[in-house]
Amino acid sequence: MADVLVLVDHVDGVVGKPTLELLTLATRIGSPVAIVVGGGAEVAEKLGEYGATAILTADDSALTSAVVAPVVSLLESLVASRSPAAVLIASTTEGKEIAGRLAVRLDAGVLTDVVDVSLDGDTVVVEQSVFGGSTVVHAKATRGVPIVAVRPNSVTPVAAPATAEVSAVTVPAADGRHAVIESRAAAASGGRPGLSEASVVVAGGRGVGTAEKFALIEELADALSAAVGASRAATDAGWYPHAAQVGQTGVTVAPQLYIACGISGAIQHRAGMQTSKTIVAINKDAEAPIFELADFGVVGDLHVVVPQLIAEIAKRKGS
Amino acid sequence: MSALRIVVCVKQVPDTWSEKRLDPADQTLDRAAADGVIDELDTYAVEEALRIKEANEGSTVVVLTMGPTGAADTVRKALSMGADEAVHVVDDALHGSDALATSLVLAKAIERTGFDLVVLGSESTDARMGVVPAMLAERLGVPQATLASKVEIDASSDPATVRVHRQTDAGQAVVSAQLPAVISVLEKINEPRYPSFKGIMAAKAKPTATWSLADLDIDASSVGLAAAATAVVDATQRPSRGEHTIIKDDGDAGSRIADFLVSRKLL
Repeated sequence: MADVLVLVDHVDGVVGKPTLELLTLATRIGSPVAIVVGGGAEVAEKLGEYGATAILTADDSALTSAVVAPVVSLLESLVASRSPAAVLIASTTEGKEIAGRLAVRLDAGVLTDVVDVSLDGDTVVVEQSVFGGSTVVHAKATRGVPIVAVRPNSVTPVAAPATAEVSAVTVPAADGRHAVIESRAAAASGGRPGLSEASVVVAGGRGVGTAEKFALIEELADALSAAVGASRAATDAGWYPHAAQVGQTGVTVAPQLYIACGISGAIQHRAGMQTSKTIVAINKDAEAPIFELADFGVVGDLHVVVPQLIAEIAKRKGS
Repeated sequence: MSALRIVVCVKQVPDTWSEKRLDPADQTLDRAAADGVIDELDTYAVEEALRIKEANEGSTVVVLTMGPTGAADTVRKALSMGADEAVHVVDDALHGSDALATSLVLAKAIERTGFDLVVLGSESTDARMGVVPAMLAERLGVPQATLASKVEIDASSDPATVRVHRQTDAGQAVVSAQLPAVISVLEKINEPRYPSFKGIMAAKAKPTATWSLADLDIDASSVGLAAAATAVVDATQRPSRGEHTIIKDDGDAGSRIADFLVSRKLL
């Protein structure tokens, strides 16, 4: 079976769930080869558990001190030496930049926001969810190695123990001019999961009413170990940080559970969340378009319903 | 060095508040089905370019777009906001171009017009791939200081430098680069100005170059749908969601949501 290169996302040796999803998809189309940038063997066990047959570590400060380009050079050299069936990268903001530049280097097809990967004969076919999930597209690369950016939360990681051989790879010398990283700070999340990776998202909109009342949304989120999202109406009003905006011009999420509180569900918003697996909506207006998407909808006042829900969650978790 | 030549790339897209669909004939975005407007995310790029210009005397802002004839409206919007000149790349062969071809055409046009700094929105609100700024940096062979929530230019140094606060899913970083460079800006980095009446009148007299592929020495066979490095195999409208339950709160809705979550094994 051909290699499938998987770019590993890790923070201080802890492998992110999106990477495990990439490995699960990679096992379907070939032998997963995990590429660990700026880290070492400490992640090997986890990667092997999810199917990596080889682990290539590239621990060189040049890779992490400049923006995107050095990682592209590393991947370019590995594509040349291993002729993989595909390159899988998480479809995060930076992952897509890496994918895009690699596609230019290799003059190869790049597919972003992919939610599934399969083989049709020898051809890698991906499924994408476009226009905010209203249209499902199957697509393929027509030249070069397919460069596939997979949206987090697309598949459930499946353990597939493999014996992974760990080897260090040398990093190609820096070429061209790069932007230099002077300092970095991890996303401040108040201990909550990242919005695009969270398996549960609780979001508030215009119906929340004030910035202070977002504490209620946060309380529900914490009861469910969820990330907090907000509609554009809420972020425009300054009630919640703009980085939490879910929608056409904000973050796209596809969690297992999305709870929309006081969000009417304008297209702007739906485009960012309608591929969520289960959607619960609470809104005063029975005509709100969010109810067209909801698996379970409550026409009512979120300021009454949400505290009751929080209490019920506590009760059921306690029992 | 203090005067900068700033190229800002803009795209005409279907209004973000409208429904979008694929043209069944060739699986490209049906642009006739929705009103075309300047991409909202690009208005932040135009505003940022204008602020950099205003802070660095003698600088010029060139607005660049690639798209059908109707995209000239998008260029005019940027000119009326205060951009100095415009380049519109229009060619029938461009229809259906993928991100690789788009970045090729934009890079050739940027090289031809000359630049110290290229400014883009972080992604387009129609394709939403978010790859073109990085691809442009790759093609132009210059640093990418993209996904900026804050941009600072120091044009007094030689060469001039840019420092941005880069915001990714993983967190924030401060990155710096020497010009020439490519930057992309995030939504809400600034408050885009509205064109003034004077600006709208002045826009009509500003120079607009219209370039074809031949003007950029690009072979028509290397762009467009037929040259795309990816192909749609099939596309289907997602069926509306299956059965759903909508209840009116009778005082126990919180409890009933919890019941529902338990039934779906989500609690």
